[in-house]
Amino acid sequence: MFEAIAFYLFAFLTIAMFYITVTTSQALYALTALAAGMIFISAFFFILGADFLGAIQIVVYSGAVMALYAFGMMFFDTTRDVKEKHGNKLIISGLSILTAVLVVVIFAAPLVSSNIEAFYPMTEGVGNTQDVGMVLFTKYLVPFEVAAVMLLVAMISGIVLAGKKMDLSLTLMDEATIAEEKARRDEENKKVLS
Amino acid sequence: METAYLIETVVKIVAVLLIFSALAGFGTYFERKVLAFMQRRLGPMNVGPYGLLQIAADGIKLFTKEDIVPTGVVSRIFKIAPVITAATAFMAAAAIPFLPSFTMFGYTVNPIVSDINIGILYILGVMGIGLYGPLLGGMASANKYSLISAARGAAVFISYEVITGLSILAPIMMVGSLSLVDFNNYQAGGIGDWIIWSQPVAFVLFWIAAFAETGRTPFHLVANDHEIIDGFGTEYSGMRWGLFFIGEYANMFFISFIIPLLFLGGFGDGTFLGALAFLGKVAFFFFFFLWTRAAWPDVRPDQLMWLCWKVLMPIAVINVVITGFVMMF
Repeated sequence: MFEAIAFYLFAFLTIAMFYITVTTSQALYALTALAAGMIFISAFFFILGADFLGAIQIVVYSGAVMALYAFGMMFFDTTRDVKEKHGNKLIISGLSILTAVLVVVIFAAPLVSSNIEAFYPMTEGVGNTQDVGMVLFTKYLVPFEVAAVMLLVAMISGIVLAGKKMDLSLTLMDEATIAEEKARRDEENKKVLS
Repeated sequence: METAYLIETVVKIVAVLLIFSALAGFGTYFERKVLAFMQRRLGPMNVGPYGLLQIAADGIKLFTKEDIVPTGVVSRIFKIAPVITAATAFMAAAAIPFLPSFTMFGYTVNPIVSDINIGILYILGVMGIGLYGPLLGGMASANKYSLISAARGAAVFISYEVITGLSILAPIMMVGSLSLVDFNNYQAGGIGDWIIWSQPVAFVLFWIAAFAETGRTPFHLVANDHEIIDGFGTEYSGMRWGLFFIGEYANMFFISFIIPLLFLGGFGDGTFLGALAFLGKVAFFFFFFLWTRAAWPDVRPDQLMWLCWKVLMPIAVINVVITGFVMMF
């Protein structure tokens, strides 16, 4: 009974939070509601006994991803309302309802045909942290490593894009070129300042 | 059975809330006294014997002070931000075993709200959420200094979460479990079994990161003292400001519980003596927070970031790799 109460409570809360996120025109409300929604989602993992995934949901989505959004928000004035451009309301609502129905159908279809079975059932007597680890490092090792490499690529490109003058290396240049370059820069700076 | 379990859990939650809210008050008193003695002053002396009733006076002041919400702030977020800080601090307490289980009136009590098997991960996650309090408070305040301090605080929190996570990875590999009770049982054999002897580097790293996670003095960048104003809390007054305070002190207490549990044997085999020793260790770590505040200046934000990414993180990663090799061969 507690499970049912918890499920409906958190289902309601999650939907309410994401509804606020989508409809509000105040950026801070959207940020807070999205973070709260992410935390409420972790409740479903806890109800299902997948403690590890629940904690990871909190750490990764609310702790890391949302905090990065928050850093993005530093760039504009969050205390003012955002002016939104509203297009054709009919198309927007039609498309979103269609998407929602599609998602429900995709996930409900195996349930209706009761054709659902676990590829990798839980091992008895092992915690679900160990279970996740076993599946991740045997069956899904290659996708896992590919994801790691992709993240590495993204990180390096992020550093290169953000860093200034990363393409020229002072160690490879000789002293004369460096001095020449510096003189040219100073000249340019003087022009800008005057 | 389920009803009994429900009642027991509710009682535990209420007990943890009340005890640690009160302890937060006492924490401020201890802090003022310890700082005063270290600076050759007396500290609070006038209210009650040795100034003990100062806590009550402060409480009355905080509760009855006018709750000002300045114009121009995003009022709902502004109001909810302190609650987030306090709530996440107390949520983290759900997975901490405060004492060994004991029998009272023929009823065995486990002084842990919920022994989930991912305890330490949950605690770190929830403490990570605690960053939303200062962050949202600063962003909603419509004050430039609040915003700067919030951004700085968030950067520190996120960076040092990396250190916390990586440093405890090595002990977790040794114990093979994320539950704090398992950590305690692993070290139950006595002082020789403590993880600090096999993982001294992880212990020091975690301890350093604990200062950043709680925002205590060497890394007290959420409210930078050189700016003369109180960082993200500038626009707050009364009990809303008090909630930030309670959150900070509760976090300090909980971290002081976690460090001995992870590295210093916790409550050992669960005897009365073990429990006493555990409380002694907790008291030492709490005292150490106050001690550093009296003894050390704040570091600059850029030094803090340098320390995190160029010193501590490589050490933590090397520690994990070495532990892995040692365990494998």
